[in-house]
Amino acid sequence: MTREIVRLGFLPLTDAAIPIAAHEMGFAAEEGVTLELSRETSWANIRDRMAVGHFDAAHLLAPMPIAAALQLLPLSPSIIVPMALGLGGNAVTVSTKLWTKMKAHGATSLSTAREMGLALRQVLQQRSRAGLPKPVFGIVHAFSAHNYDLCYWLAECGINPMIDVSIAVVPPPLMPEAMQTGHLDGYCVGEPWNTAVVANGTGVVVTSKIEIWKDSPEKVLGVRESWADAHRDELQALLRAFDRSARWCAKPDNATALASLLSLPTYLSQSVEVILPALTGSLEIGSAQRRIPGFLSFDAPQSTLPEPAHAAWFYSQMARWGQAGFSKQNIELAMKCYRPEIYAETIGAQYRQRNELGGFFDGRIFDPRQMESYLASLPFATA
Amino acid sequence: MSEIALMREDDLSILVVDENSLRARVIEEALREAGYARVVVVHEIAGLVRRIEETAPDVIVIDIENPNRDALESLFQVSRSVQRPIAMFVDHSDRGMIEAAVEAGVSAYIVDGLKKERVKPILDMAIIRFKNFAKLRNERDDAKRALGDRKLIDRAKGILMQQRSMDEPAAYDLMRRAAMEENRRMVEIAQSIVTAAGLLGGKGKQ
Repeated sequence: MTREIVRLGFLPLTDAAIPIAAHEMGFAAEEGVTLELSRETSWANIRDRMAVGHFDAAHLLAPMPIAAALQLLPLSPSIIVPMALGLGGNAVTVSTKLWTKMKAHGATSLSTAREMGLALRQVLQQRSRAGLPKPVFGIVHAFSAHNYDLCYWLAECGINPMIDVSIAVVPPPLMPEAMQTGHLDGYCVGEPWNTAVVANGTGVVVTSKIEIWKDSPEKVLGVRESWADAHRDELQALLRAFDRSARWCAKPDNATALASLLSLPTYLSQSVEVILPALTGSLEIGSAQRRIPGFLSFDAPQSTLPEPAHAAWFYSQMARWGQAGFSKQNIELAMKCYRPEIYAETIGAQYRQRNELGGFFDGRIFDPRQMESYLASLPFATA
Repeated sequence: MSEIALMREDDLSILVVDENSLRARVIEEALREAGYARVVVVHEIAGLVRRIEETAPDVIVIDIENPNRDALESLFQVSRSVQRPIAMFVDHSDRGMIEAAVEAGVSAYIVDGLKKERVKPILDMAIIRFKNFAKLRNERDDAKRALGDRKLIDRAKGILMQQRSMDEPAAYDLMRRAAMEENRRMVEIAQSIVTAAGLLGGKGKQ
């Protein structure tokens, strides 16, 4: 039995649940892995500490390993993704001030993603006619699903994210305050930072990640490629532990226990009440209480298999918004980061690569093999 | 010749981003002493874009724990106002330098194309100052902790002396033996005694 120390960096977010529960519930220890979890303050920090070998693995934004593979980060270590850490989990929240205006244009707590977006567009047009400044929307990172989901939603509703709004990167824990002080009019962030701002009466959740794109990827387990190559047994032990942890996290009966673990000072250091709604999918959205089934899903292996087509979609959005050049070679580089076969082999699951992704609120289908025509069909692309 | 070369080096514009104003001042002074005249210090992210536009820094030094690093990097990524691409350690061969910086808790961004020799002294200096600062802080924390431990042990000693009618060396010896037998630290034994005395309504005065 191996007894390897695996050092893993994470950010204090609800979707760090799988590594945290793997450690706290003893799944890692039972698989012979001593997990050393290190809470960090920025994704840049996690990346740097992976690059110099402080961390073997990390809770990462799904597009980050792709950005690294394309050498788009100031430091670009080789990272592979042998597992995803769940699906969904983010939401778009606007200030109560902006919400009041959206309501005047027909938005209600029951509005769909498209209806919300169209109401927002009317508010923006009105503001623009009145000569008011563009509203500022916060995201957590330039290479994040938050950025791509938000821009996808805005663009499909006729709002050009590069022109009609300003987009600013703000660390998640600072977002509620930024909204309170009027520096942000809206943001797309993971939990508990939507619920937190709704709880203090500053903001209203208008749509969520899974309403924009059902079953969409968010965080992944990133592993330093050189470590993975040299420690295949340890990596498999880690994956077995995380797979068990994911199954435990996914059980509705465990939601309260999981929320208590996450609430500890060493992890999120937030109250159970603020953490729990994302786990039960019963969110207080500010204008009402809303059930969003599957808001954040840990179901293994369907929510935890890293899907190369997801990587391709993230790359398509990098190309769409001018972050990366478009080439066939880049599509390959992006898809090669995600390694579902390692996980599938470890847990003895069947894996068949998907070529078509659906579930987008606009009904489009994404096929990595048809990326050029897909990009041409999207509104406002800068690529 | 060498003087002219030196003048050029001094000409580099350096932006120091650090929420810890004391540490920022230490670094600023060290850089000025070394002859770098164009040093600007900022403590918060608010208005950072404007300061970058104004100062057009060749080098940005930032503390690694600063949660705004992702925001800073995004400015290099998307901003139309920050004209030149900036990258950390463009020369990836210099792993040693990156490691030393991360260990010391400092990160840096450098204008693309700037020669490594021109930047190295600045980074070396930042790394040393960050290390010194961390060392001083650790020493201070250790001293504080030692003082707290000593006070707790004294209190436990007092409780034993009073309740078991022993003299000071005997009380100390008893605690020391308990620590050895239970394989715990003296301070942990002292804590147990103080807690127990409190629970039992003894005379472990606060």
